[in-house]
Amino acid sequence: MRPNDRRYTETHEWAKIEGDMVVVGITDHAVQALSNGNVDDLVYCDLPEGGLQVEAGQTFGEIESVKAVSDLNAPVSGEVADVNTAIEDHLEVLSKDPWGAGWMIKIKPQSKNLDHLMDARKYEEFLAAQAH
Amino acid sequence: MQTASPAAIQRTPLHDVHVALSAKLVEFGGWLMPVQYGPILDEVRTVRSTAGLFDLSHMGRVVVRGKDRVAYLDRICTNHVAKIPQGSIRYSLFCKADGMPIDDLLVYQGVDEVFLCVNASNTAVDLAWMREHAKGFDVSIEDQTQAIAMIAVQGQESAAILQPFCQGLELAKLGYYKFGFGAVCGIEGMRVSRTGYTGELGYELYVPRAKVVEVWNVLLAAGAPRGLKPIGLGARDTLRLEAGMPLYGHEIDATHDPVSAGLSFGVSFAPEKGDWIGKSALAAIAAAPRWKLVGLRTEGPRVPRQGHGVAVDGALVGEVASGSVSPTLGTNIGTAFVPASVDEARAKVEIDIKGKRQEASFCALPFHSRTRR
Repeated sequence: MRPNDRRYTETHEWAKIEGDMVVVGITDHAVQALSNGNVDDLVYCDLPEGGLQVEAGQTFGEIESVKAVSDLNAPVSGEVADVNTAIEDHLEVLSKDPWGAGWMIKIKPQSKNLDHLMDARKYEEFLAAQAH
Repeated sequence: MQTASPAAIQRTPLHDVHVALSAKLVEFGGWLMPVQYGPILDEVRTVRSTAGLFDLSHMGRVVVRGKDRVAYLDRICTNHVAKIPQGSIRYSLFCKADGMPIDDLLVYQGVDEVFLCVNASNTAVDLAWMREHAKGFDVSIEDQTQAIAMIAVQGQESAAILQPFCQGLELAKLGYYKFGFGAVCGIEGMRVSRTGYTGELGYELYVPRAKVVEVWNVLLAAGAPRGLKPIGLGARDTLRLEAGMPLYGHEIDATHDPVSAGLSFGVSFAPEKGDWIGKSALAAIAAAPRWKLVGLRTEGPRVPRQGHGVAVDGALVGEVASGSVSPTLGTNIGTAFVPASVDEARAKVEIDIKGKRQEASFCALPFHSRTRR
């Protein structure tokens, strides 16, 4: 079971409330799908500058593997308050620790309500349904 | 949820072999194909250093027979089919009257037949085009895509791996873009060509459908000590790009003509060829080209991708056709269309990714080739 202290999007981002912020990253499933289990397949991660206003569902960056580019989508609306720029030079952290050190941005949200997102159990069901 | 559909995705006779090898399978050109068995970049390195085994059964295989076959093919092909010696192969295209390609293909000049190998995604369109233009010619067109499977052994070790299984076929004497027939793994009359899509020494084998699993397994087991591994279409795309070879839908398609794509070696304006479909349009383009295909390399982190912009001396004037990480060059590479007037020796070039510019440089095509060694 994936961590139940956060919520999930259908595009495989996670969102976790930490104080006034919503921390955003991508799930192990997203990393696996992009890299096919080979961390060297990840080549680039484009993250925004702090201060960017994002809408829920809107693209805030891109992650690129050898053969594909995927959008990174904001789970909630608000302002990008902090960016984990260390990722850009250390993409391996996304494989090693997608739930912690692999966080991407912190959003100062318009609302801390995450009810529109899936909890861990629903996300697991969503992945299982997609696999068929 | 999977939905059954009349136009179901086709599976090659090697499908169960790919599944057993834990390949990642994707739909490509209407076929379920292995995109990779392991890391894509490792698969590229394998083919560059030893050898790789490919399932190419998705590609279209067509035989043209009849006394008018050469005249007929010279009407619909861009290359000069009558000039192809028996036992030789030439690159060609089918173009519409406007000079825009329907497909590109290899043309094998046989004794009493001409064999064509076309792209999977275009096979149905090609066959319809061929039948439409066969009227008035004494020809027959046979689609052998289902009856004959296709595999390739590519890389420096390919001849050493394959030769022990060949009878009546001396690979060392088979020149680049030549083909012959012989027994392979005891299967008589197999077509073997020294062709490929990798820029390496290599061979393509046309194997009766019922025998292809056996041939695959024998070669993979026998070649393993020399480093032979199965290779998916992901690596194949990088290998062909490094080798400067075009892919339909990228360097050529309904809006990108072969002359601008640098494929004039596959286009003949020889008077003896007579008139052919697309000739006058392509002659006009050749006389006053507006675009040219160039190679790009970039030390920046982003990989050039189809559709990215290309800026020359600051001005957005071109577009990326293909791109990839290149393990062989150790950098990211791509092909791009730029105005024919661009001076590659002097101009500054950048890739434009959603408005963000990344420094690049022009690079002669092909990036890599060892086919003629």
